[in-house]
Amino acid sequence: MSSSRTPEYLLKLIAENLTIDRGGRRVFQDLSFTLESGTALVVTGANGIGKSSLLRTLAGLVFLSKGSIRLEGGQDDRQPQEQAHYFGHQDAVKPALSVLENLVFWQSFSAPVSVSSFAGQKMEPLEALQVLGIGHTAYLPAGYLSAGQRRRLSLCRLLVTPRPVWLMDEPTSALDKASEGQLLELMNGHIAHGGLIVTATHTDLALDRVQILHLKAEIVEALLAEEDF
Amino acid sequence: MSSWAMVLFQRDLRLSVRIGGSAMVGVLFFLAVVTVIPFGVGPDLNLLARIGPAILWIGALLATLLGLDRLFQADREDGTLDLMLMAGRPLELVVLIKCLAHWVATGLPLVVAAPLLSIFLNIDPVAMGAITLTLLVGTPALTLIGAIGASLTVSLRRGGLLLAVLVVPLAIPVLIFGVSAADAAIHDPVPFMTPFLILCSLSLIAAVIGPIAAALALRFAGD
Repeated sequence: MSSSRTPEYLLKLIAENLTIDRGGRRVFQDLSFTLESGTALVVTGANGIGKSSLLRTLAGLVFLSKGSIRLEGGQDDRQPQEQAHYFGHQDAVKPALSVLENLVFWQSFSAPVSVSSFAGQKMEPLEALQVLGIGHTAYLPAGYLSAGQRRRLSLCRLLVTPRPVWLMDEPTSALDKASEGQLLELMNGHIAHGGLIVTATHTDLALDRVQILHLKAEIVEALLAEEDF
Repeated sequence: MSSWAMVLFQRDLRLSVRIGGSAMVGVLFFLAVVTVIPFGVGPDLNLLARIGPAILWIGALLATLLGLDRLFQADREDGTLDLMLMAGRPLELVVLIKCLAHWVATGLPLVVAAPLLSIFLNIDPVAMGAITLTLLVGTPALTLIGAIGASLTVSLRRGGLLLAVLVVPLAIPVLIFGVSAADAAIHDPVPFMTPFLILCSLSLIAAVIGPIAAALALRFAGD
């Protein structure tokens, strides 16, 4: 995790010729992109175009019909998805456990990843809850949380276990304006530490270094536009 | 055992004993099945003693089936299963630990309740001990075999019945050797140890095959 060591390999997420079929229907084919350390990839496109499917594919939850996903410069003994956090529509919050119990479980259960070109630090569970502004709920059963608070608790998961890749599906949903700003701060912090973010979104996120991947229908093609890069 | 395994075990145990958990449902159902039988069979004490081990074993099998459908389904519904697949831990081991926690929460209470329920069925103390012992080594096999069915039906909304249909045939060997070991202790036409050791081996086999098969099914359920 030492950032002083000059990294031999820069962290690089490489997707080559991704093709997936779901329910007998081709969602997209031959989608390729490369994402370097310290960059966010914003996936845009209409509803049902396959943004979530792309994220779930990167998370290893949807099987590839063709193509490959590699994380160069990561831990060789781990699959790319085991070095990634998936922040999707479901919160994975157990209502019967307290907020802190939920978070402590995920911290111990998810294997942390340390690579030289990623300087993200592990945060203590209580500290993460404070940062996201739900520190006062730490000992309440998670069932009492509002939708936005559950979402923030789910976001804490990304902070307590350092992993270089964040896969975020509609990260701003159910969050208010203030927490949206906070989310952006966290995402920019992650990028500044040399992390990678792939996010599907409809709102404009003011991220520091962004590539945009626009999914279009018909001949499903991907346009790679680079901004500030 | 490594710390993440302990944490997972404690979490599952906590979830099953807290509100919404199913720890006590199984043992209450077991109680209901076993207490109803003497009313149906009638007050023939010798008959009850003879069929007692079978009743207890069938009751235990049904009670185990009752809680199995939530083994993975609860985790799939709230997205926990997705994250477990990405956690970087061997899924087979994760399944084994979840089964272990599930057995401690639902199977162990059945074993503890068995001596008490044996009294209702006019079973003598030696046989009572034998039945409890066979349930102790046999019920883990039921949970582990059930895990295969639970993982196959994880994405079905009403998978409980299908699960029972899938699991019951696979559980028959366990039932046969469990009951025959208990019977052997009562009537001794065969030594107790022969069926008992086969029952032990069935549990050990299930501990290997169950997690591997269930993990395989769960990986496909993510899609």
